[in-house]
Amino acid sequence: MNVHLKVWRQAGPDEPGDFETYDIADVTEEMSFLELLDVLNEQLVAEGREPVAFDSDCREGICGSCGVMIDGQAHGPQRGTATCQLHMRLYNDGDTIVVEPFRSAGFPLVKDLVVNRSAFDRIIEAGGFITVPTGSAPDANLTLVPKEDSDRAMDAAQCIGCGACVAACPNGAGQLFTAAKLAHLNLLPQGQPERQRRTIGMVEEMENYFGSCTNHRECSAACPKEISIDFIAMLNRDFRKARR
Amino acid sequence: MRTRPSLFATAVGKKYAMAISGLVLMGYVLLHMVGNLKIYFGAESLNKYAEWLREIGEPALPREWLLWGLRFVLLAAVFVHIYAAYSLTVMNRRARPVQYVSKRDYVAADFASRTMRWTGIIVVLFVVWHLLDLTWGTTNPDFVSGDVYHNVIASFERIPVAIAYVIANLALGVHLYHGAWSLFQSMGWYGTWRRTFSIAFAGVVVLGNVSFPLAVMFGVVN
Repeated sequence: MNVHLKVWRQAGPDEPGDFETYDIADVTEEMSFLELLDVLNEQLVAEGREPVAFDSDCREGICGSCGVMIDGQAHGPQRGTATCQLHMRLYNDGDTIVVEPFRSAGFPLVKDLVVNRSAFDRIIEAGGFITVPTGSAPDANLTLVPKEDSDRAMDAAQCIGCGACVAACPNGAGQLFTAAKLAHLNLLPQGQPERQRRTIGMVEEMENYFGSCTNHRECSAACPKEISIDFIAMLNRDFRKARR
Repeated sequence: MRTRPSLFATAVGKKYAMAISGLVLMGYVLLHMVGNLKIYFGAESLNKYAEWLREIGEPALPREWLLWGLRFVLLAAVFVHIYAAYSLTVMNRRARPVQYVSKRDYVAADFASRTMRWTGIIVVLFVVWHLLDLTWGTTNPDFVSGDVYHNVIASFERIPVAIAYVIANLALGVHLYHGAWSLFQSMGWYGTWRRTFSIAFAGVVVLGNVSFPLAVMFGVVN
C-alpha cells in the first residue's frame, strides 16, 4: 500500500516548525509504525535530505522510548499499544497519517519528533525509590505481601514512562505517570517507611512541570499499558493523608 | 530546609477545595429542588415552607440568622470553587504553551468533562438571573414579596423565561454529571459506584428542577 505521511519537522527548539508531507510507496501491513518512519528516513537519506529525528529503542513495547502523536492520539489509534507496536495493517492504501511530537511545557522539543522527557526523571528523583541497606539478598518470602496488593502494585509498575499520558491530557498533566510510580511502591510493605515523604516529594515535583488533573481519563486511554486512573485517586488520597 | 507550599497552593490541594466546595453546592441544589417540590402541594404549602426557611433556628437564634449563615457558607463555596477553577485553568494553560497543530482525537474525555468551564459559567449567570427574578423580584413584573407560589407562576408564564430555566438546568445537569463523579476521584475514593451516583444525582436534580417551569407552562400548576 501507499501512504502519505504528514510529519512535523523542526530543526531545533528555537527554530520554526511545520508539517511536511511525504509519500511512501510499497508499505507492507507487517511494518510497525517505526519501521514506516525508518523507510521514510532511508528514502530521505537516499535523496540527500535530512532524516526525521524520532526516539526508539527496544521496539517491543517495554522501554518507553518511542511515542508520537498519530492522527491526534498519543501512540495512535490502537488501545494499549506503544508506537513501536502499532502496525500498518490498521491503515489502508492512500491514507494520510499526521505525525506530531508530544507537546507539553515539561517535555521541551529537541528536534522533529524528539522531546526531552527528563522531567519524569526529576519526579523519580523526588521519591520514586526505596532506601534499603545493600548487602546480601534477603531471604525469599521474608516480607509477606498479600496477592491482591502485589497484583495492583504490578499493574502500576507496568508504566514504561513514555509520556503518552501527559501528551494525551488536555491539561498536559503528569498525574498518571506519577500516580503509577507512587502506587507501585506505596502498595508494597517495602515502600511504607518513606510513603509520605515520597508522595509529597513526587507530587510537588510533578507540579513544577505539568498541569493539573481534571479527570478526563484521556491518559489512561492513551497509556500503552492501560494503567487505570484509580491510581490517580490513590495519589490524591495518599497526598491528602501525607499532608494532614 | 525547604518550606512546604500550603496545601491550597498545590494543584492537588486545589482539587480537594473544588471537591469539597462542590459537595456543599451539590447538597444545596438537591435540598433546593426537594424544597421546591412543595409547589405541587399548593400555594399554602410552598409559602409556608419559604417562611419556615426564615424561621429555622428560632428561638435559639434570631429570625433569619441561620438562613444568612447558610447563605454565607454557600457564597464561600461558590468563591472557592470559582477561584480554584480559575487558578487551575491558568496552570493548565501554562503546562502546554505550544498547542497541538494537528486536530486532537479525544477517546475518553466526554462532552461533560470538556465543557465544565462553559456549563459552570452558564450556571453562574443563571443563578444571578434567578436571584433577580425570584429572590429580589427585579426582573419579575408581578413580584409579591413572600408569595413564592405566585411569583414562580408569574415568572414561568413567560415562555422564554421558562425555556431559559430548562436550558440552564440542563447545563447544571451536565456539570453535575462530571462534577459528582470527579469529586470522588479528587478526594481519592474510587469504585464503579461513582458513575451510577453521578448519573442518579444529576438526573434527580435536573428532572426535579425542569419539572417546575414545564408544570407551569403546561398548566399543571396554576
